[in-house]
Amino acid sequence: MSDKVVIRVEHLRKVYGTTVAVEDIAFEIYAGEIFGMVGPNGAGKTTTTECLEGLRHPDGGAIQVFGMSPQKDSYALRERIGVQLQTSALQDRLKVWEALDLFASFYAKPVDTKRLLEQMGLAEKRNDKFAKLSGGQKQRLFIGLALINDPELVFLDELTTGLDPQARHAMWDMVRGIRERGKTVFLTTHFMEEAERLCDRVAIMDHGKIVALDTPQNLIHKLGAESRLIFSIDGKLDLQKLQHLEGVMRVEPENGEFIVTGHGDRLVGDVVHAITTNGARLRTLRTEQPNLEDVFLKLTGKKMRE
Amino acid sequence: MKGLWKLTFIEMKLFMREPAAAFFTLVFPLMVLLIFGTIYGNEPTPFFGGYGTVDVSVPAYAGMIIGSSGLIGITIVMSTYRERGILRRLNATPVRPQIVLGANVIVSFLMTALGMVLLIVVGKIVYGLRFAGNPLSLFAGFTLSSLSFFALGFVLAGLIPTARTAQVVGMMLFYPMLFLCGAAVPLEVLPEKVRQYTSLLPLTQVVKLLRGLWIGESWGQHWTEAGVLAAMLLVGVAISAKTFRWE
Repeated sequence: MSDKVVIRVEHLRKVYGTTVAVEDIAFEIYAGEIFGMVGPNGAGKTTTTECLEGLRHPDGGAIQVFGMSPQKDSYALRERIGVQLQTSALQDRLKVWEALDLFASFYAKPVDTKRLLEQMGLAEKRNDKFAKLSGGQKQRLFIGLALINDPELVFLDELTTGLDPQARHAMWDMVRGIRERGKTVFLTTHFMEEAERLCDRVAIMDHGKIVALDTPQNLIHKLGAESRLIFSIDGKLDLQKLQHLEGVMRVEPENGEFIVTGHGDRLVGDVVHAITTNGARLRTLRTEQPNLEDVFLKLTGKKMRE
Repeated sequence: MKGLWKLTFIEMKLFMREPAAAFFTLVFPLMVLLIFGTIYGNEPTPFFGGYGTVDVSVPAYAGMIIGSSGLIGITIVMSTYRERGILRRLNATPVRPQIVLGANVIVSFLMTALGMVLLIVVGKIVYGLRFAGNPLSLFAGFTLSSLSFFALGFVLAGLIPTARTAQVVGMMLFYPMLFLCGAAVPLEVLPEKVRQYTSLLPLTQVVKLLRGLWIGESWGQHWTEAGVLAAMLLVGVAISAKTFRWE
């Protein structure tokens, strides 16, 4: 990851009437990363995104995207960014290929729409009308439209909301593909798992503020929460040996399985090593590790809701 | 200009795929022509100054198409595009608002003109339609009338928050005017009292202007109608520029 700053936000503030949607947030996004903004609905993610895209005017603070103001240089900027909006639509009777063809005509240097259709897995649907597409197909079309100008920076707002798990995983692969082509991705989601598995860095938002910003691993690590190893073995095991390992807090047998509770990055490796070098064989093993969901719970005192 | 022709072409295709829009602009006026043509024929009569019913009806039906294109067609398209987020999506591209509006004006105008051409062709073939005016002059009058009614459609779409309401308001304005302004029923047939009250309505101006130009009267004889329509156009453009919203 290069250290080139693509987006710089300082003291961003946006108010709707008496509701403060975004309150004094600041962050930087670097070229080539997938940056995620996560938080519950109404946390201010979409408002922030739309300020960055130049679709909304902030009430305070400064935004720079590629060194330009999204509000003042909006047309120049829109040539260089790709946008997938949380809520938008196309004309019901517009065919897939026509949509790509139309949007291509808006940009100075569009990509080959035929290839794009194939990349999005929509080649077979090219003559289908927008209204006939499934949710996942519509979403793929919108990603296609967001990539039609070969943008350096892509905004994806609630990309996988309303999709089934299979379509969601396909979407994640697609987003990783976008980064692999050297682009920067800014995405919002209210799925913690999505942020954890997809993003290089994550900003957790709640009530218009960023409450934490780091890599998912660091956020989880800083939480210092316990991990659990649950396993069963063939052979005998000296529980005392496990008990004395660094980071292990408790070892308890339960229903023919053993549960080791502790923390630290080395916990899993050390415990497995201790079991196998003492002559026992692992039959089953699973781990329960803290995730971003736990981070959110700790930081805000509440659970993320879908 | 980027995107204007492509967008215009696409909007044209979408118009043709929308059965209701194509029906009211292209088919319905023809049906009205054929129905009243069959009932009244097109024999010259002193009642219409030596012209037949079809002769005076074709320019009036043009007013009907212009009214429905502007008050219903444009209003529905623009307000639903906004409500459904189609304009939002366009706004996220480098396309300028003038291009989006321009494409819709061009398509509406071409379709309205096509509706009128169909009326003329069928009127000529079936009823031996008579025309005594200057084609260029008529085209100018047709263009002025169309644009001022389109402007009215943009104003409705801009001022009224929801697509549903905009549609209803457009129809509430259009249908009474259709019958009171001489577009569906010749002005001569309407009682004097009604004509007095409706002489100021926008669609009356269109019908009077086009009927006059059709039989070879000069613009000088219709400067009030032309003036009202031009004023409507200017005010309409100013208001719709002010009230245009992407979402």
